[in-house]
Amino acid sequence: MNAVTMLQHGKVSLALHRLRDGDGRPLLLLHGLGERAPSAVPAWCDDWTGPIVALDFTGHGMSTVPRGGGYSAETLLADADAALAALGRATVVGRGLGAYIALQLAGGRATSVRGTVLADGPGLAGGSVQPTSANYVALEPRQTTPDPYALLEMSRDLRPPDYATVFVKMAIDRSGLDEPITVAAVTRPPWLAGVVDEVGVAQAPIREALATYQSID
Amino acid sequence: MATDDSITQVGDDSNEIAPFPGAWAPERQYRVDAGAVSLAVHEWGAADAPPLFLAHGGFDFARTYEVFAPLLADGGWRVVSWDQRGHGDSDHTELYSWDGDMRDVMAVMDSVTDQPSPVVGHSKGGALMLQLADAQPFRFSQMVNLDGLPYRRPIPDASDHERTTTMANEVEHWLDLRRRVATAARKPGTLDELAERRGKMNPRLSREWLRHLVTVGGRHDDDGWRWKIDPQMRFGGFGPWRPEWTITRLPGLAMPFLAILGSEHEAMGFGTTARQVEKFLPDGGRCVTLEGVGHFVHIERPETVAAMVLEFIGAPAQAGAA
Repeated sequence: MNAVTMLQHGKVSLALHRLRDGDGRPLLLLHGLGERAPSAVPAWCDDWTGPIVALDFTGHGMSTVPRGGGYSAETLLADADAALAALGRATVVGRGLGAYIALQLAGGRATSVRGTVLADGPGLAGGSVQPTSANYVALEPRQTTPDPYALLEMSRDLRPPDYATVFVKMAIDRSGLDEPITVAAVTRPPWLAGVVDEVGVAQAPIREALATYQSID
Repeated sequence: MATDDSITQVGDDSNEIAPFPGAWAPERQYRVDAGAVSLAVHEWGAADAPPLFLAHGGFDFARTYEVFAPLLADGGWRVVSWDQRGHGDSDHTELYSWDGDMRDVMAVMDSVTDQPSPVVGHSKGGALMLQLADAQPFRFSQMVNLDGLPYRRPIPDASDHERTTTMANEVEHWLDLRRRVATAARKPGTLDELAERRGKMNPRLSREWLRHLVTVGGRHDDDGWRWKIDPQMRFGGFGPWRPEWTITRLPGLAMPFLAILGSEHEAMGFGTTARQVEKFLPDGGRCVTLEGVGHFVHIERPETVAAMVLEFIGAPAQAGAA
């Protein structure tokens, strides 16, 4: 019984899937690179009592495929923020690329995000921490998802650890939570290793982290 | 890649254009498809002369070169410029990024020549071309950068906490803008109102020039003039990018390189000085500062800058020989 709501972010229509109804604060799931919103509630969040919703990022699932690429973590952050605008407040779980975006949402919307879990998944590492010799290539236009430009560009965007940790500080400064971010990921690329080292970042499996965040206001 | 089928006329050189001394409309205008993105290309000079590419800056458009480009064309070049996606007469796209701009440039260049050519870039266009020269040097015979070298900002005297607060405010402000962007529209106004608004970005440029720009970079609707640029494009934003990540590509360039900076720093520019550039110059590279000139060196001093460029790149091979 997945209901889909289309949200408008600029010229892009984003699909927000309601996986399950419930009482209380919604849980927002952000998928990994090349994935899409899951079709059913994943086992690791089955205990969540509030509504469970999942977003298709730009170029993924049922969302718009843009002309000629141009992806950045910042525009995907604004995708996630469009979902947050529709939900009000939410707890967020991000997988892979979605974890990197969830971290930025936790910092950028610190009062609306009530706990963020960063989990393993495709696109977790991204590109290097500094400029590389990566060249530029043009791909054939196509309208199916996942968009090859998303796969290309979001597998090589630069993720310096000291940039990622600014979002941790923003979340800690403004959320009012002692531990607004929990790292569940076992694999820790440089940006995530930097995040884990910050004061106020917890480490726990997804289920445990969600049980903690379920109990807060 | 351009095909004959993809080339159509763009623009409407109606009698509504506000005149400016020395400004010449492009002699040829057509479209190039960069994948699914349609780009407007503008050319000055003989069609069979060797090409010279001219990249515009952020929030500008190719026709801001209407005085400068004809001076280069007079030197015997086929001057090719294009509107970056979202700017001028090019498509407004869903996403905008550095990599997207870079692929668009590649499509335009591929449609014109497979030979190395002189490339001139102003501001953001200069920074884009610097990165392209590092990634794809085979496209460049010489490069001229017009006040387009980002450099590290001075480290502000701020605590870690203050910096976090500043960043948090920037991100929140940007996200608030993104929430409204689907319904964004440019505010219409009279020709003089648009000229006045642009004057805030270009405080050193004459009213006569700004009025001219409105009539070549705007469109006249029933309720007034509007800039053609995508209303979803905004100044500012944030990201992991650091200014020094561009200039560090400079020392490795093998093609002859000339930078022309303006001594008068203004908001639209990077505020980089010749002293900062010096240690990054490639072997034989030159950096010249024009005293008493602002960020738009080619608009404030078109004859001087064109003469410097023409002298630097040398005479073109005979028409048709390239």
